Parts: sequence; structure tokens; C-alpha cells
Amino acid sequence: EKADPQKTAFLLRKAWTVYSVTPLYGFRRARLRDYARLLGAFIAAEKQKGLAVEVGVELDIKVALSSLADIRGSELDQAALLVQLSSRSRGSSRNSEDKPVWWGWFCSVFGDELSESVPEHFTCLPLFLSHGAESYTALVGSWFQKTFDCCFRRLAISPLNLSWMVAMWAGCKLDRATSAVELVFSVPRLAQPLDISYAIHPEDAKALWDTVQKTPGEITQEEVDVFMDCLYAHFHRHFKIHLAAAKLVKVSTTIASAHCDGIVKILHSQYLPGVLMLLTELAISQIQ
Amino acid sequence: HLATSLPLPSERDHLRPRIDLVVFMIDIKSKYSLKNVETSLAHVDASFFLGKVCFLVTGVGRVNACNIETNAVCKLGETYCSPVLFCELELEGVRTATAQRLVRMLGICAGQIPGVSALSFVSLMRKSDDD
Repeated sequence: EKADPQKTAFLLRKAWTVYSVTPLYGFRRARLRDYARLLGAFIAAEKQKGLAVEVGVELDIKVALSSLADIRGSELDQAALLVQLSSRSRGSSRNSEDKPVWWGWFCSVFGDELSESVPEHFTCLPLFLSHGAESYTALVGSWFQKTFDCCFRRLAISPLNLSWMVAMWAGCKLDRATSAVELVFSVPRLAQPLDISYAIHPEDAKALWDTVQKTPGEITQEEVDVFMDCLYAHFHRHFKIHLAAAKLVKVSTTIASAHCDGIVKILHSQYLPGVLMLLTELAISQIQ
Repeated sequence: HLATSLPLPSERDHLRPRIDLVVFMIDIKSKYSLKNVETSLAHVDASFFLGKVCFLVTGVGRVNACNIETNAVCKLGETYCSPVLFCELELEGVRTATAQRLVRMLGICAGQIPGVSALSFVSLMRKSDDD
């Protein structure tokens, strides 16, 4: 369960666009090299057709598929699958290195609910995260959809889910909480859109959560509601604005940040499995 | 008659016609609307809860903007023995259907439908919920 920090370092501090993916049909772990070749050929063919959007320097795209054995929750989960696109400019010297331009990884952390309910020949990796140009995401996505008959959907994160995240993450035990707990709200129905950013000292937020949480290791909806109500009440006392009537669009803590459009950044390696477990749960409920 | 919260201002009490039905509107995107309804409920006379109150939850079409748990609203309906209706005001068809439903309920509560009282209607609705 403990992921090797070296291998997973590249996952941290990147803004990942999150999707839910339906189970892959006919995926064979032994054929990763073949898949990489096929995907590379597909991308090259699409570029020939003029569909990829790389104007200027001629770039060859190299595809690498690998397994991230450490990224899983239990033995029932499939190991994570990493897709990496690198570019090497044509006509450059032999010593030129491949420059990574796009990353995408499929994973499942405690996704037993889904894997237990699918028939044979299906591989469950319900969470997909990508970083890099949207055009590459579209290419890779459409190849996977064609090859494994799966379906990608952007993960939408509701204000309710964001509240859970901020309560959970603000309450995590950390040696040193370096960033403030921040909540960003957007106010609806105004002539000009208004964003409100509410930043709280991380120690204050943790202290508040500690008074609310009754059983360590367990979180209930009531506790999340009380935590949020305290924050809203405090804000109202000072600014006479009811944040509960605004739309919570983004939450940010030392551990991770999440935006309602399905964009997530994981900042702390120790809590990587925890964050992925939560996202896997959201992905699975979006699929079902 | 529309109001943003209760109690209604007392100045117009003598001009106000009899109130047959109170519909509390809760926007699923706004936690504040739920809190507002909860505080307003305290100002409603107990006799209204015999079938003359109903909760209308709006915005349910947008699952991704949800800020209130559906369970919380259903529990509210149970606590106050009043039906909970769900609708999406942005869809014209649903809006019209919901309006028609409310007008029917209003007719029953005003005693205009012979043979059906507000109380018997609400217990009919509760029975179908349990089923």
C-alpha cells in the first residue's frame, strides 16, 4: 500500500484533469508494448490527417505504457496504468532526449464495488487523470474507446463533494501545514461574475475539525455540515454575506486541491492513496 | 403570495386573505435556502401541518451543483409530516407539470374538491411514498 515516493513523485503538484472510465474490455497487461506501438501509429496517422494540433516544429510522438504496481488500494484493485507521450524533434542530434509532453494514468484505489460487479474479460480502472494538451487527451481517449470499448466522462465534483474533501483534508494530521485552507465561491446571478476566496489558517481549520469529529477515522455528513456551517457563520459575522447561498467551486489545502470542473492537484505524497480512494469512489458513482 | 422568509410582516395582516397552502421552496444548490426554510418553519402554526404544507425542492436536474443531501430534505418532510416534491424549474415541461400539481393541491386544501380533505390527501401521498 505504501507507494514508492520516487516513482510517484511525478504525480504530485501537477494539475490533473479527472475522468471516470467504464471498464475496459479485452485489456491484457502482457501486451503493453503492442498497445504502445498501436497507439503511436494511431497518433501519427491522425497527425498525417492534420487532426492533431502541433503547428511549427515537426515532432515525433513516442508512446510508452507502463504499470504502476504501487498505485492500488487492495489486491482486488488492478495496478495503475500509465500512458506517457514524449516528443523528439526530427533532425536533431542523436543525443537529444525525449521530452515528455503528456501524461495519462488509469487507476483504481479500493474500487471493489465496481470490480466485483463486472463480468469476465473486463478490467476495472475507473479513474483516469491526464496532464498535457487537450488534443493529446482526445487522441489517446479515442484510441482507448475504440480499442477497449470504454467510455470517458469528465468527473464533475459537486459542492457537496467539495465540502467533504475540504473537511477531510483540513482535518488530516500534518507535521507542517504549509498552505492555508482556501475555499473559492462563485456568486450566481450577478451582472458581473463575482468570486469570493475564503482563506483560513490551516491550524485553525484543523482545530475546528478536531472539535467537530467524534470518532477518529470516521467522518459523517453531519460532521461535515457542522464544520461548513461554522465557516459560513464566521464569514457572515464579519462580512454579512451568506456563503451557503453561493456555489463552492474550488477547495485547496496542503494535501490537495480540487475544482468542480474535475481538476485536481495532489500535493502530499503521504495522502496520495487517500485522495485517490475518494476520487475512485466519485468516479464509480458517476459510472453507475 | 411570495415571501423570502417567515414570519410575514404584520402590517398587512388584516388585508391578507386566508392562507390555504404553504409551499417551502428549497434550492438544492443553496444550503442557505435550506437553513432559511428551517428557521421559517418555526413561525408556522401547527394546524398547517395537517396537510397544508409542502416542500418543493428545485434545481434537481443539476446533480453536479448539488449542495444539499436529498436525505436531509426527505427527513425534513418526515419530521413535519408534509410531502416533498422535486422539480427542475429550468425545464418548461417539468415547470408546468409541477405548477399544475401545486394548483391541484391548493384546490384540495381550499376545500374545493368534494370528498377529499387536505389531511386525507396528505396521508394518501405518504402511503404511496412508503410503497
